[in-house]
Amino acid sequence: MADIHSVIGTKNKKGQTYTDTWKLMNEAPRTPSFFTGSEVIKEALRRASCDVMIAYPITPQSEAAALIGELFAEGYIGDYFRGESEFAVMSQCAGAAFGGARVFTTTAGPGTMRAMENFPMWSGARLPIQMIVTCRGINSPLSIQPDTLEIAYLLNTGMLVWHAETAQDFFDWILKGYMVSEEPDVHLPLALCCDGFFVTHTKDVVNLTPADMCLPPYDPYRSPVPCMDMECPPVRMMRDPFVMKSNYISYATHASWQQEIWAAVERSRKHSIHWLNGLIDTENTDAEIIIVASGTAVSQGREAIRLLEDEGVRCGLVKVKTLRPWPEEEIREATKNAKHIFVPEFNVTGWLAKEIKATIPNHERVHAGPHVCGGMTMPPEIIVSEIKTALGMKTFSLAGRGS
Amino acid sequence: MSKERIQISEDLYDIMPPDYQDLVKSATYGKEDRGWKDIGTSKELIEQHSLCAGCPESMAFRYILASLPNPEDTVMVGSTGCTSLVFPMVAVHNIHSLFGNQNAIASGLKRALSVRFPGRVKDVVVLAGDGATVDIGLDMTLQAWFRQEKFTTICFDNELYANTGGQESGLMQKGFVAKMAPVGKLFDKVRLPEIARESGCHYVINCTVSKPSLVEKVIRNAVHIAREIGPTYLQLYTPCILEIGKNSMEGLQEMRDSEKPTERFAYKEYISEPAKQLLAELAAKDKERKAAAKQLAGQASA
Repeated sequence: MADIHSVIGTKNKKGQTYTDTWKLMNEAPRTPSFFTGSEVIKEALRRASCDVMIAYPITPQSEAAALIGELFAEGYIGDYFRGESEFAVMSQCAGAAFGGARVFTTTAGPGTMRAMENFPMWSGARLPIQMIVTCRGINSPLSIQPDTLEIAYLLNTGMLVWHAETAQDFFDWILKGYMVSEEPDVHLPLALCCDGFFVTHTKDVVNLTPADMCLPPYDPYRSPVPCMDMECPPVRMMRDPFVMKSNYISYATHASWQQEIWAAVERSRKHSIHWLNGLIDTENTDAEIIIVASGTAVSQGREAIRLLEDEGVRCGLVKVKTLRPWPEEEIREATKNAKHIFVPEFNVTGWLAKEIKATIPNHERVHAGPHVCGGMTMPPEIIVSEIKTALGMKTFSLAGRGS
Repeated sequence: MSKERIQISEDLYDIMPPDYQDLVKSATYGKEDRGWKDIGTSKELIEQHSLCAGCPESMAFRYILASLPNPEDTVMVGSTGCTSLVFPMVAVHNIHSLFGNQNAIASGLKRALSVRFPGRVKDVVVLAGDGATVDIGLDMTLQAWFRQEKFTTICFDNELYANTGGQESGLMQKGFVAKMAPVGKLFDKVRLPEIARESGCHYVINCTVSKPSLVEKVIRNAVHIAREIGPTYLQLYTPCILEIGKNSMEGLQEMRDSEKPTERFAYKEYISEPAKQLLAELAAKDKERKAAAKQLAGQASA
């Protein structure tokens, strides 16, 4: 049985030193590097002591998935292969995690939807798999463009769901994500989402930790459920399998199992706060107008705030980092002074606005928008325009909007 | 896992279930020549089950668990169906996750175990029904074989969806009238054993479970070949007596009738060249072991 403390300071077969994760993330020197988001995923994985990665091509995550294949060829990943579909891949990930491996995969859009049956199974089986979701359109007609609608479907799977804004978030959160996911009192899968193309295909300066330092390995014997490797006694799980029985004990067993999954999501809160320095980031929340957003909508919101400042309108910002666990208290506190709350989103239904409306008092303060979808970009000007219109201020006409 | 791993602390012995005490005292983990003949004299790795009285699948389950060459380091993967009513009471680690994804689960599992336990034997055995193997899971069944994943796939072929109440399946015979085949099934029984051979399986068997000695032989062969060479496939007829209108005591006769030379479960095997070679080597080793034991016994009595 691996004792993770005993390996700190020792080297893996690639010569990387297993490093205490807190020291690695907070104290180790950082090197600024100019990389695409996909390359950043690869660099994070190089340092993640990952046992198994399973890949499948779908835009816009294909490059990242293929780059991790190169890492495997270099010997940084235990095993790697291309599965036959996202449904199969997510089951293969489950099999590897059942067998006690630290597992990584990536998907996007229709792939997320195709694999969907696996996600409640992952959380139900308490498998701390990490899945990168590079969001893209899921509608018909076919679209490969950025669109975050798929996140809405992940919110009730029992997975942890985080939404990265930048490539830097991505790099840090991939490594920190394992630390939260693998806590014995959490032990749940993590969907680490980003907005496809905007993050994956653009280059940004990212501060990387040293390449010769890596995470301590996963210890499957800290799992709250047995690891399926025949290294511990094969306890018969149930005298009378409740799986398809119609009796009260069966219902009660299933009910308490589900409640435990959501209790574990709740327990992830303290670990997520510890590693991410809070579930939200805030700026100027004493302002009467606040933008609440996740993903790259945060970046666009920040630009909009700068434009509004030029016109003398003061506006605060809430960056939502984790969607599950949902930062209910934090958002309520951060928006308590706001008279107007704007929620810009890259999807047609406005799922984030709905979550916020369900969270705060006086939710008529929430303006669900602006929305863009189907791959459209979100110029800060349309956020400015949305805010000014709502405040009754004069705003310029945007081409094609007919106002 | 060695047998020592399941020892019970003396202080806790009396509070452990008798079932578990028996596993420690008289199960066959680690016994090199374990087989179906241990049934009745040792603790079986399957406790009670909730299958129908006389269900041939329950016989098959017992023979298979008695015949696994290495249960102390074997992980089984199941799927949704009647088998998922049994697995919770099986004393080897086993995984149920979804319906039809068993060969995908096994692919990930086998690779994880290979990464984590290099140089050690960890067998993976899939056991699922025909709906899971051939209909909803066919893609993953075949792809695991294409990739030459090193585990055994066992299909309990009862020629219909038994657990959901007797609906048509791909392995059902043409013309059979069933739920969802109200005018009789319109196409032939899918020829999965042939497809398995063409898909890269190194050992393919089509038979019934009427003879425990035969089940023992094919299970041992399939697991050894999968461990050393590549994928193996066993298609075992385990008729659903309930859905074909038979009584509890008629399952065995149904299997005997169906394995006659002209019938669809007449014994068929395919063994690849490398697998033949391996089986020959194993047989030679077995012979040597038996001869040595005999010699030893002779010396002792002399």
